[in-house]
Amino acid sequence: MPDSVNLSNPPRSGDLRARAAAPMARFSLRGPESFAAEGVTALRLGPDEFLLLLPEGETPALAVPEPYSLVDISHRQIGIVLEGPAAADMLNAGCPLDLDERAFPVGMATRTLFMKADIVLWRVAEQKFHIEVWRSFAPYVWSLLEVIGLEYT
Amino acid sequence: MRLASGGRVDRAKPLSFVFDGKRYTGFQGDTVASALLANGVHLVGRSFKYHRPRGIMAAGAGEPNALFGIGRDEAHYTPNLTASQVMLYDGLVAESQNRSPSLERDTGSLIDRLWRFFPAGFYYKTFMWPRKAWTKLFEPRIREMAGLGRAPKAPDAARYGQIYAHCETLVIGAGPAGIAAALRAAAAGGRVILCDEQAEFGGSLLAENVAKIDGLPASDWLALSVAELQRLNVKMLPRSVAFGYFPHNMVGIAQDLTDYLGEPDTGIRGRLWQVRAGEVVVATGALERPMVFPDNDRPGIMLADSARVFVERYGVKPGTRAVVFTAHDEAYRAALALHEAGVEIAVIADLREAPAGGWVDKARAAGLLVRPGTVVTETSGHLRVTGVTLSTGEVVSCDLVLMSGGFTPSVHLFSQSRGKLKFDEALQIFVPGEPAEATRAVGAAAGAQTLAAALGEGYTVADLPDSGGGFLGAVPHGRDPATVRAFVDFQNDVTAKDLKLAMLEGFRSIEHVKRYTTTGMATDQGKTSNMNALGIVSEALGVPIPAIGTTTFRMPYTPIPFGLFAGYARGELFDPVRETPIHSWAKERGAVFEDVGQWKRARYFPNGDEDMNAAVTRECKAVRAGCGIFDASTLGKIEIVGPDAAEFLNRMYVNTWTKLKPGKLRYGVLLREDGFVLDDGVVGRMAEDRFHVTTTTGGAPRVLAMMEDYLQTEWPELKVWLTSTTEQWAVIAVQGPKAREILQHLVEGADISNAAFPHMSVAECKVAGVPARLFRVSFTGELGFEVNVPADHGRAVWEAIFASGGTTPYGTETMHVLRAEKGYIIVGQETDGTATPDDVGLSWAIGKTKPDYVGKRALARASMAAQDDRKQLVGVLTEDPGIVLEEGAHLVADPNQPVPMKMLGHITSSYWSGTLDRSIALAMVRKGRSRIGESFTVPLPDRNVKVTLTEPVFFDPEGVRINA
Amino acid sequence: MLLIDCPYCGKRPEIEFSYGGEAHIARAPKDATDKEWTAFLYQRGNARGEHAERWRHVRGCGKFFNAVRNTVTDHFLTTYKAGEKRP
Repeated sequence: MPDSVNLSNPPRSGDLRARAAAPMARFSLRGPESFAAEGVTALRLGPDEFLLLLPEGETPALAVPEPYSLVDISHRQIGIVLEGPAAADMLNAGCPLDLDERAFPVGMATRTLFMKADIVLWRVAEQKFHIEVWRSFAPYVWSLLEVIGLEYT
Repeated sequence: MRLASGGRVDRAKPLSFVFDGKRYTGFQGDTVASALLANGVHLVGRSFKYHRPRGIMAAGAGEPNALFGIGRDEAHYTPNLTASQVMLYDGLVAESQNRSPSLERDTGSLIDRLWRFFPAGFYYKTFMWPRKAWTKLFEPRIREMAGLGRAPKAPDAARYGQIYAHCETLVIGAGPAGIAAALRAAAAGGRVILCDEQAEFGGSLLAENVAKIDGLPASDWLALSVAELQRLNVKMLPRSVAFGYFPHNMVGIAQDLTDYLGEPDTGIRGRLWQVRAGEVVVATGALERPMVFPDNDRPGIMLADSARVFVERYGVKPGTRAVVFTAHDEAYRAALALHEAGVEIAVIADLREAPAGGWVDKARAAGLLVRPGTVVTETSGHLRVTGVTLSTGEVVSCDLVLMSGGFTPSVHLFSQSRGKLKFDEALQIFVPGEPAEATRAVGAAAGAQTLAAALGEGYTVADLPDSGGGFLGAVPHGRDPATVRAFVDFQNDVTAKDLKLAMLEGFRSIEHVKRYTTTGMATDQGKTSNMNALGIVSEALGVPIPAIGTTTFRMPYTPIPFGLFAGYARGELFDPVRETPIHSWAKERGAVFEDVGQWKRARYFPNGDEDMNAAVTRECKAVRAGCGIFDASTLGKIEIVGPDAAEFLNRMYVNTWTKLKPGKLRYGVLLREDGFVLDDGVVGRMAEDRFHVTTTTGGAPRVLAMMEDYLQTEWPELKVWLTSTTEQWAVIAVQGPKAREILQHLVEGADISNAAFPHMSVAECKVAGVPARLFRVSFTGELGFEVNVPADHGRAVWEAIFASGGTTPYGTETMHVLRAEKGYIIVGQETDGTATPDDVGLSWAIGKTKPDYVGKRALARASMAAQDDRKQLVGVLTEDPGIVLEEGAHLVADPNQPVPMKMLGHITSSYWSGTLDRSIALAMVRKGRSRIGESFTVPLPDRNVKVTLTEPVFFDPEGVRINA
Repeated sequence: MLLIDCPYCGKRPEIEFSYGGEAHIARAPKDATDKEWTAFLYQRGNARGEHAERWRHVRGCGKFFNAVRNTVTDHFLTTYKAGEKRP
């Protein structure tokens, strides 16, 4: 974690929590349209591109036909979890997507924008989003969420 | 004067405010305009050009005269706010504009006496002589006089937010038509957003005392409807102006949140909404037009319906004795309302020969005097109107004039959506025609002439007489036109005479007439003037109005503060500030940072009170004498994986890759398709099908985008995939003759002796216990390594290497000097997008037998070969070794040649070299290589500097040290 | 802000995309004369009206695709995958 993001800060208010996700191993998988693997969360970012999330230290055991590209990017990005009734509205301060549950249902994940940062946005539950962002952009995203959060206290 | 009762203001909540230094009282629910009128204040401004005394003309949007600067201090000051749109709050401080020293006594009014010398466009024809006086005297004075309002003297202390929103239906305007449309849309299901620029929803219903809707008084129907909207979960945005219509049904809305509260800055002051709607319903209403007659601009001359609104909504009597001048029935309703409030109606002059209808009958029945076929030809009064002259010859005294030329549908947003307007001949108005997006207009904005038509099906309206009429253009006054001014655009002081002058001078297009006269170009964007201007032009040219057309409607509909568009992107959050994993160590060490794109990079590490030159000189010497340590983490990195990886690189880069063995590095050069150098970087082959590609810091996204382009659209059959790994790896450069000695004991799993690990090798191993990719590579020309470790471990590994002792941290400035001593180019410094590989001495990198690579065909063009005087990379040494040239300085052969001189080249990099104890420079010079050894001059403003061209390498040209 | 229908992701806002210039321009360096190659590098049709062009959903799926857009009204007539013929 970059030193400038202090994860032990308590959250903004009762309902709203923004916290960094637990350490994860992340792999970028490019190749075939689908695959199978245990213990891995796969976010499909494009027709042949997956972001794999799994417990730190592990390598995914993939049943994938070759050829494919598997690259460890665990250190490239940081996860931030945003949870609470205002989560979607807070994200909409910087993200131009329709985050209504019908347009962005639970389980959907996509690469998108948050103000000037590229992020991967994944809806984990109705009021819970997981954001993946490159490490040098994480302080920017975190600070923005803090400022935006002031409007929802 | 305030009426004892009536209106929607809350007389139990008095508010105190200041205008031009004087304290006044108003009520909750007042606008600044209504509160001033309640206090008998009519003089509110001085006109833009002529400095004529002006009063409040309108009760809502479109007010041209009452422009105030409002704010409790400079950090909260906003100029050009219309008093009739600002809700009064306790402690409001307002000042009038464009007057000196005061509204009553304004020195600028001298211009009004000389008005004949200041027609439209006077600055194109006058103040020409003497010529020098234009720049020194005339232009500065004219500029000083121009402009409305003043900029605040302190930064905006308010914070602003922003949000993207989506809905199935966006309704713009919460008058009767908008409310009805929102109720219908909400009942049908789907998300509905309803916005209105006013603090209260209701629009015209806020001053509707007569009509009954579904048997209820309008105000009751309004209250019930708003409650229903709430129940149906309609998102309601009051104080929110839809200011712009953008492609594919995106609408920009400026929401005002705390402006009216006047409290210290707690929350955000406003929010910018960007709404994407399935359908947009434009319910923006219509605005009343003035009549264009001589001296129609005195304080106390106001729009008729606005006068009625002052009475019925704000409980304010705007005068004691009124003359009404109209071409529309609504003015009769206004006359009756004022009459009931105790204002004496002296006469109703109607331009029309035979006015008839419900309101006219009611007015006559109430005993009001009506003069058909009559116009106002003159007005009197200075700081307040005192009387008018009618075309009958009568002179009528009054302190209030109500004028109505009819109502213009507000089609601005519809037009911004690129919808076409059509001209309704009968009604003489432009109304929305064929839409370009999923848009429809309702109510007065669509040309509806009755409340029933505005509400649409399903509602019954009773007790409200119909009303119609209207006039476009200048009222015929029968006087000598040379002596008369009839105002069309009150904000920019444009008269009917000015418009006729434009046409006399040959301007035919309405866009030219607008710009020449400046009509419609002030902050109100012609809301009350555009149609009258069109009427005047139509008559003068003998061309019907629809054939002339309207000028282009542009955003914003009303002025918006800059802060709202900036949103969160201010101060620390303007841009992401990107820091490497080692940044904190460098900061603790006292490094001075520089910006490289969005990155912060350590530029140098001063000891004690060293300045940059001293620090850099010391750092350079330390690297070449012993060892330096440098953070290169910002370099772009791409992992290229797949069976066709080498083939792909072959097609992208100039080099040949197929024979590069795993464990080896190669310096790659990337061209654009036009043959010019785009980027460079060291590429490592990790395995048969895996490459670790590096790019320049700034070039990473560009290179990756270019690679994806070719891969996806030119060679989709290749089995290879690209992953950005720039931030996966921290990169620690360890450079200097002692580099191996220092690193050795930290490396596990690789033999880094010179024999086993020659220059341009790569190994996967552990460094300081951390899995690493260890590169033997050098940008300094010394024995060097670049340790790539996963970013989380970056700082720890740096500290482990540093703790070994014997290393000096160095920054980007030293890095630049050391590479220049060796003649290594930096893409973007030596190159500028027009340099071929040969120009910068990189022909050696090209794989000569490759059938194709990006840029190869362009290099083979005959026109490229024919250029025998291309700029080539050379070294430059000044005759006086103490002089450090400026980058960008030019070289010439003869400094005494006449200007413009023939420029032979320019300095691309220039430094003081601590290693050589003299200045060095690199340059791109025409036919440079053939001119090595010759002397040239660098002409500077204060002196000429003699230089000699050399090979572009100043230190260890054989490369002995790098291969140690 | 345009709303663009990515063939892979559906309708997305313009700021997630980068524009890729005119579509269906063949890259054939071996067959091209100097004049043809110069045209390939520097000359474009600049149509007023329906224009076949490339877009990349760079802040989304990352894919290139083609679109036919009316350059006067900004209406998109259709989008289709890279490699497909103009419909």
